[in-house]
Amino acid sequence: MDSISYAVDLAKVVYLFTFIMGLASILTWMEAKQSAVMQDRIGRNRADIFGVRALGLVHLIADAVKMLIKEDFIPAYAHRFLHRIAPSIAFFFALMAFSAIPFGGTYRFGGYEVTLQVFSFDAALLFVFAMMSLGIYGFVLGGWASANNYSLLGGLRASSQMISYEITLGATVIGALMIYGTLDLQQMIVAQGELFWGWIPQWGVFLQPVGCLLFMTAALVETKRVPFDIPEGESEIIGYFLEYSGMRFGLFFLTDFVETVLAACMTTILFFGGWQVPYLGATGFAFPGGSVWELSTVTVMILQLAAFAVKVFLLCFFFLLVRWTLPRFRWDQLMRLGWTLLLPLSIANILVTGLVLLWLQG
Amino acid sequence: MAIKVEERSLTLFEKLYIGEVVRGLAVTFRHFTVNLTLHILHVFGLAKDRRAAETYQYPEERRPLAPRLRSLHRLTRRPDGSPRCVACMMCETVCPARCIYIVAGEHPNPQIEKYPVRFDIDLGLCVFCGYCVEACPEDAIRMDTHILEFAAYSREEMVLDLKNLLSRSPIPPLHPEVAPVYQLVRLESPKQEGNSRTP
Repeated sequence: MDSISYAVDLAKVVYLFTFIMGLASILTWMEAKQSAVMQDRIGRNRADIFGVRALGLVHLIADAVKMLIKEDFIPAYAHRFLHRIAPSIAFFFALMAFSAIPFGGTYRFGGYEVTLQVFSFDAALLFVFAMMSLGIYGFVLGGWASANNYSLLGGLRASSQMISYEITLGATVIGALMIYGTLDLQQMIVAQGELFWGWIPQWGVFLQPVGCLLFMTAALVETKRVPFDIPEGESEIIGYFLEYSGMRFGLFFLTDFVETVLAACMTTILFFGGWQVPYLGATGFAFPGGSVWELSTVTVMILQLAAFAVKVFLLCFFFLLVRWTLPRFRWDQLMRLGWTLLLPLSIANILVTGLVLLWLQG
Repeated sequence: MAIKVEERSLTLFEKLYIGEVVRGLAVTFRHFTVNLTLHILHVFGLAKDRRAAETYQYPEERRPLAPRLRSLHRLTRRPDGSPRCVACMMCETVCPARCIYIVAGEHPNPQIEKYPVRFDIDLGLCVFCGYCVEACPEDAIRMDTHILEFAAYSREEMVLDLKNLLSRSPIPPLHPEVAPVYQLVRLESPKQEGNSRTP
C-alpha cells in the first residue's frame, strides 16, 4: 500500500461517513417536515439562530445540543457496563454494514484504478447481513441491562421481530443472487447495467418485482419504524430504550435512521441498479437510438455518485411516506405476516426464479 | 336498546392488504405533493388564496373568533364612567362556579339605588358559561372582549377586581336627553362597610 491508496481509502471513508451521517441527520428533519406537509401542517420551525430559521433545520442543532447536555441516567440496578455500551453496539454494527456498500463504480485515472467501495470483497452481501444481525445485540442488551421489565420486553420484541424478518430478508435476495450469480455487491450493480431489448435498464426491480416488494417490506421491519415499531412503541408500549436518556438515547434514535439509510442503500443496490445511470457507460452516454455523448471519467464518476445518492434519498422518502401512512401492526399480525405470508412468498419466489432460469437455459 | 353494528366482511382486495396500502400511500403522497407545490408557490407570492397548511402560527397569526364567543369579562360603564352594575346580585346568584363576589353600596342617586363597592371575578373558578351575561338586567357585564390570554403566575392574580373589569369598557357618549340625570351622579369614594352580604 502506497500513500496514494491510503489517501484514496481515507477519502472514501470520509465521503461515505459524511453521506450516511448527513443523510441520517437530514432524515430527522425530513421526518418532521415531510409528515407535517403530508398532514396539512407546517412542522417545527421555531428554533432560530439570530432570527434565521432555515425551514426548521436549526432544530437539528437544537436537538443535538439537548441530547448532549441532558443527564445521562443509569438505573441503580442496571448492569452498568452493558447499559453503557449497548447503544454503541447497535450504532457500530449499523455503521459497519456500510463499509461493504458500493457507492460508486470502478474508475480508471491514468494507470490508477479506484473502486468506490470502502471494503470490496466477493462476499459483501453476506457481510452486510452479518452486521445487520449483530446489530440486534445492541437492542437486546439495551433492554436487558436496564434492569427494567418493560425494557426487557421491548428488547425481546426487538430480537424476535428482527430475527423473524432476517430470514425473509435473506430468502428474498436469493432470487436476485441466482440471477446475478454473485455475492459481490459491486458485480451485482455492474450486471444491472445491461439493457433489456436495448432500452429498458436491467434493474433488479424488473427481474424480481416480487422479491423487491418482499425485500422492502422486510427491510422496513428491520429498521423498526412505524408500521413495525413494536420494539419501540414510543408513546404506548415503551421499548428497549426506556431507561436511556441523553446521547445514549440519541444513539439508539440515530441508529434507526442509519438503518433506514442502510435499508435504502441495500434496496438501491439489489433492485434499483445501485450507482447505475440508465445508458451511462464508462465513457459516456450511449442512448438506445444509437446517439453517443462522450463524457470524461470524472464526470461519469460524479454522475454515478449522484445517481446513488438520489436513489437512496428517494427510497428514504418512500420509507418515510410508508412510516407516516400506515398504522402499527399488532404483535400477532406481525408474526403472522412474517411467517405465514412473507416467508412462503419468498420461498415461492426462489422456486419460480429457479424454474424460469432453467427454462431460459433450455 | 343496544344498537347492533353489522360488521362488514373484508373484500378480497382489502384482505390482500397491498392494494389498500397503495391506496393509502396515494392519499398521503397526493397531500404531500399538493401542499409542497402550494408552499413553493407561496414563496414566489403566487396562489396566496389557497392555504398550504391548516396551521395558524399562533402568536403572530390568530384564528378568526366567532362574534358570540365567550371570552374575558368586562363591566360596561355609564356615560360618566361609573359601572352600569346596580349590584342586584343576579349574576352572583346564577353563577354555577360561584366565582363572582359583589359588595353592594348605596348609590347617591336615588334613581339608581345601588352600585357595586366591590365586584370580583375569580377566573380560576370561572367556567365561562356566560350565565352572568344572560342574567344581568342592566347589560352591565359582557363577555365579548375576545381576550383569551389571561394566564397568571398566582391564584391571587387570577382574581379580577372592579377596576380591572371596567378598564376594558369604553365610556359611552352622553346623550342630551339623559344628561341631566347623570350630571347629578358623582360617586363617593367606595364605602367598605356598605350594604354588604353576610359573610
